[in-house]
Amino acid sequence: MVPTKDKEKILTAIFWLLALIIVGILFSLIAYIAVRGLPGLSMDFILQAPSRAGKEGGISTTILGTLYLTAVALFLAVPLGVAAAIYLEEYARPDSKFAWLVNLTAETLAGIPSIIFGLFGFVFFVIFLGLGWSIISGALTLAFMVLPTITRTAQEAILSVPREYRENSLALGAGKWQTVCRVVIPPALPGIITGIILSIGRAVGETAAIILTAGSSLNMPLSLSDSTRTMSVHLYLLAMEGVSMERAFSTAFLIIILIIIINYLANLSLKRLAVNN
Amino acid sequence: MNNRTQEITVGTMDAAKLLAIRSFTRKNSTLGFNRDKLVETILMLNAAIFILAIAAISLFILIRGLPLIFKVGITDFLLQLEWNPTAGSFGIGTMLAGTLAVTLTALLWAVPMGLATSIFMVELAPPRIGTLMGSLVELLAGIPSVVYGFFGLIVIIPFIRNYLGGSGLSVLAGAIVLGVMILPTIINISRDAIAAVPLDYKVGSLALGASHYQSIRRVILPAARSGIITAIILGMGRAIGETMAVVMVTGNSTIIPHSILSPTRTMTSNIVLEMGYASGDHQAALFATGVVLFIFIVILNLVVNLTLKAGKNYGAN
Repeated sequence: MVPTKDKEKILTAIFWLLALIIVGILFSLIAYIAVRGLPGLSMDFILQAPSRAGKEGGISTTILGTLYLTAVALFLAVPLGVAAAIYLEEYARPDSKFAWLVNLTAETLAGIPSIIFGLFGFVFFVIFLGLGWSIISGALTLAFMVLPTITRTAQEAILSVPREYRENSLALGAGKWQTVCRVVIPPALPGIITGIILSIGRAVGETAAIILTAGSSLNMPLSLSDSTRTMSVHLYLLAMEGVSMERAFSTAFLIIILIIIINYLANLSLKRLAVNN
Repeated sequence: MNNRTQEITVGTMDAAKLLAIRSFTRKNSTLGFNRDKLVETILMLNAAIFILAIAAISLFILIRGLPLIFKVGITDFLLQLEWNPTAGSFGIGTMLAGTLAVTLTALLWAVPMGLATSIFMVELAPPRIGTLMGSLVELLAGIPSVVYGFFGLIVIIPFIRNYLGGSGLSVLAGAIVLGVMILPTIINISRDAIAAVPLDYKVGSLALGASHYQSIRRVILPAARSGIITAIILGMGRAIGETMAVVMVTGNSTIIPHSILSPTRTMTSNIVLEMGYASGDHQAALFATGVVLFIFIVILNLVVNLTLKAGKNYGAN
């Protein structure tokens, strides 16, 4: 029989190995796509409009489509989500049935898969409200999808603000809303921004819901009622319809670069939150 | 300052605060209009968006999907293997089997791997490495599903085709890609659960002469059980609902998968593949597929939120 001490050494080695495998998966994925995607990545690729369904040209319209959709979705979701978080943390009583239900539905919303959001967006925004396959339909759907992230990170940020801040503000004669605006929100702001940055990441990567609500037009997106295609949808169609693997790699690489930048910024602003409180 | 004077000072401070608050509220209400109350109502209406969202999503998907389920018959819709929407046969039996096969195979490897990694991060790794792993897992979680699907299409499928046989488009390919995608969910939640076990438990176990590994297995993991189960269920929910990565690597044939190398189609793939051109009953059948998916996910989430999270608080009693 192997002595316990040796057994535990072997076990430790296995744990290290498993952790290394996960790191290995991440790095091989990024490295492989970088190596195959980098040659095709140029200023022209970013700035030129695609032609022949993406076989030629760049991906400029899909980058603009992604930006447009993300901006409109955040414009709709951020005020709502942050207000909900302020209500839940600052106003609702701990035993409130309403707050309990809001928290429960927010958790449920966070767990709903994007394809279900896509179906809902399609039947509600595209058909029922008659908005068609458009940026506004896509952005409204996306807004629902990122709401839980925004609210939850804002809730955590507000919770991390020490209780004494509020008490002192109230003691100085400030009102409740004044206290929230001037005393609670400023130190919580980096946390709220983290939620917004994470939502941008979600918007950049979202595909299934966007295909069903914003369509896949390669035209330059101008008005809110135009159909558009995001970079992720473009990658899907390039790869699945075998349009151009070379361009698919470059698009995938560009998406990964964006996600790495977004993750870095989110961490940076989380650190700020920790410093503030 | 001794304790007694400190107590008095604190007491006076509290009284001052109370007075200030009271005088403020009085002043505020003599205006005949309470601004704080108005703000509270507006914020409350904002918070209600979540209830409205869930209600609207349920309502619209059920309205579009349920009539077809009743027309076909619940058991026929769920268990019939024939999916030929243009000829009027709507059975999602093969896709239920496909979703189950891909999800369970993914859980089979991702759960042990994720659990081991979270134990490693909290208990075994030097703190710096644990934190570094944490950020890498965050990055893994941030990579979009379509990128995972693309990687699967380009790397995993040729690998399976060359070394294991078949076309490569298979349950196995889906399970590998899905497993990687649910790892962050499993790792993050079970890591938090393991880290939340009070240090006393571990110290007590070590003091009784148990080794570190014995403490992990007999004391820490059992104490973190409900969090670990939450991690597995939410990972499962994520796997069932995942669409883009799965549609790119599983081949999408409507057959019952007879081995992990055979192609399959999941419920989510079915929706995204055919939604673009479906109309009439066909479109309703896709919504009906969505209804089944939606019910699965809501049940999993309710299990987590209503039962498991209730047992999470240590030392509350």
